[in-house]
Amino acid sequence: MAPTDLQVPPAPAPAEAIERKRTKVPVVAWLKIGGRWSARRLAVLLLALLFAFPFLVMLSSAFKNAADIFHAPPQLLPQHWTLGNFREAFRQIPIWRYFGNTLFVCGLNVLGTLISCPLVAYALSKIRWRGQMPMLMIVLGTMMLPPQVTLIPIYLLWNHVGATDSYVPLVVPAFLGTPFLIFMLRQFLMSVPNELIEAARIDGSSELRTYWSIVLPLARPALATAAVFQFVWTWTDFLNPLIYLNDTSKYTLSIGLYNFFSENGVEWGPLMAACVMFTLPAFIVFLLGQRYFVEGIATSGLK
Amino acid sequence: MPSSTRPPDVVTRQRTVRRRQSLRGLAFASPFLVGFAIFIAWPVAASARYSFTDFNLFQPPHFVGLANYRQMLHDDVFWKSLTNTLYLTVIGVPVGLVLSLGGALILNRPVRGQPLFRALVYLPTIVPIVVSGYLWRWLLNPQYGYIDELLRLLHLPQPLWLDNPAWGKPAILLVTLWTVGGMTVIFLAALRNVPKDLYEAAAIDGAGPIARFWHVTWPMISPVTLFQVIVSTIAYLQVFTQPYLLAQTRLNTSSGGPENSMLSYSMYLFQNAFVYLKMGYASAMAWVLFLVTMAVTALILLNAKRWVHDGSH
Repeated sequence: MAPTDLQVPPAPAPAEAIERKRTKVPVVAWLKIGGRWSARRLAVLLLALLFAFPFLVMLSSAFKNAADIFHAPPQLLPQHWTLGNFREAFRQIPIWRYFGNTLFVCGLNVLGTLISCPLVAYALSKIRWRGQMPMLMIVLGTMMLPPQVTLIPIYLLWNHVGATDSYVPLVVPAFLGTPFLIFMLRQFLMSVPNELIEAARIDGSSELRTYWSIVLPLARPALATAAVFQFVWTWTDFLNPLIYLNDTSKYTLSIGLYNFFSENGVEWGPLMAACVMFTLPAFIVFLLGQRYFVEGIATSGLK
Repeated sequence: MPSSTRPPDVVTRQRTVRRRQSLRGLAFASPFLVGFAIFIAWPVAASARYSFTDFNLFQPPHFVGLANYRQMLHDDVFWKSLTNTLYLTVIGVPVGLVLSLGGALILNRPVRGQPLFRALVYLPTIVPIVVSGYLWRWLLNPQYGYIDELLRLLHLPQPLWLDNPAWGKPAILLVTLWTVGGMTVIFLAALRNVPKDLYEAAAIDGAGPIARFWHVTWPMISPVTLFQVIVSTIAYLQVFTQPYLLAQTRLNTSSGGPENSMLSYSMYLFQNAFVYLKMGYASAMAWVLFLVTMAVTALILLNAKRWVHDGSH
């Protein structure tokens, strides 16, 4: 808690209650609730603006025509609103195709994570066996290993089996578990009471059945977090598609944009329009799963 | 042994139960076991072996002893990339820490619409890095960009950013610090966990806001701060995509910015592996990075005893 919270006297409580009744408060009124401009509110607003500013620029640039984009000094809002950049982006980059490719890779990654990670997390939390502690140590140790060390041998391995320039290297690892998500799910499962699982075992339920019908339903919030994490990671991944995909028709959005940029030089308007379209799905998934996502970061970061 | 006093059939039953439990554990953990063998254990061993070889993908690797490691000592670009990376780490970690903790302190107060602001601060971290790379290239454009225009309005000098060897690294820092929201969210959770009665006790003792921060907040969140320092140090030592995209020039896969001012260690490693196909040298570089990371982490942990509280008050 911030130190100054203590100084808040009980008096403002009614004001807060009134404030809550109004659903939409204009920014200015919001800033001077209580009759005076609040430095705290101003600080919050400034902070938010600082982080949001690049987004605003991206949005406004996407709707500007060429004359507005190459206008010095730059203006915040377009003089002439246009959808031309979006049309141009669709004409120059096979966006739908890249969208489909990226969704395909993301879908399989999320599926793989949801199948593998909770299984391993269950073995690391709810089955009493001798390998539990060593396995946990291995999972944690793996999290600390720099990916640069394994990057080259893994590439050579996929190259050897002829799987480069396909989605196999981008998808298979998720089905074998992601250490970070295994650890996060394990921390969650530790908080599930053992009684429920013991009761099922005494009733003669097999381990797999206990896992499927008791543990997984209880773990739904944690599974949602893991799914959102995996989706956003895969959606935004750059290095793996860069290394493994050569055929332009197989490109994901990140590598498609990169290619567009490097081959055509800079066409800021269509590029910003494509950026907006590329960012939107990650935002939507984040906003849908926000509650889980932010909690997940907080808890897995702490423990 | 207490079990020796029990009837033998109980002992064997215990043993079979334990064996069955081990099998169950192994079965449930098997995806990770397979993944660990294929994607961690074997690659680590292979990478260690490659680091002592000359290997270009087309011919089988041949042993060269320590030549790759010795070559690094005389490779100017290697040293350039290492100092660039250390520069980014030494500035980026403390600045990121101050920004994220400051942001968390501001957002921690009960303000209307707090979840919205928290989401806004966090959003940059889920933007595809390719998008944030190009967005910032546009923002930093000296002619039509908004950052220099802002500096012009404030009567501050307007650097050429990506075209100037002295300003490439600050530009990389801007892009990476934009995603400081992930740390902010972790700090927010840590601030929530500080017991309120500690603040009340401090207030009764007459401690002002600043004293309460240093004597209550800072020690109580110090384990989380340590975690954040380590994680962000490792992230900066491995930084790749942001400088790679900012330094990119058309179709030139090995660009490192003017005078290689933006070439990070991982970028140079990537170039050696996938542009020059020097897999042996790149593997040796990966191991040096690993050792540097371990050494830096160990230094931080040793130093941590002086300022991290373990919760035993």
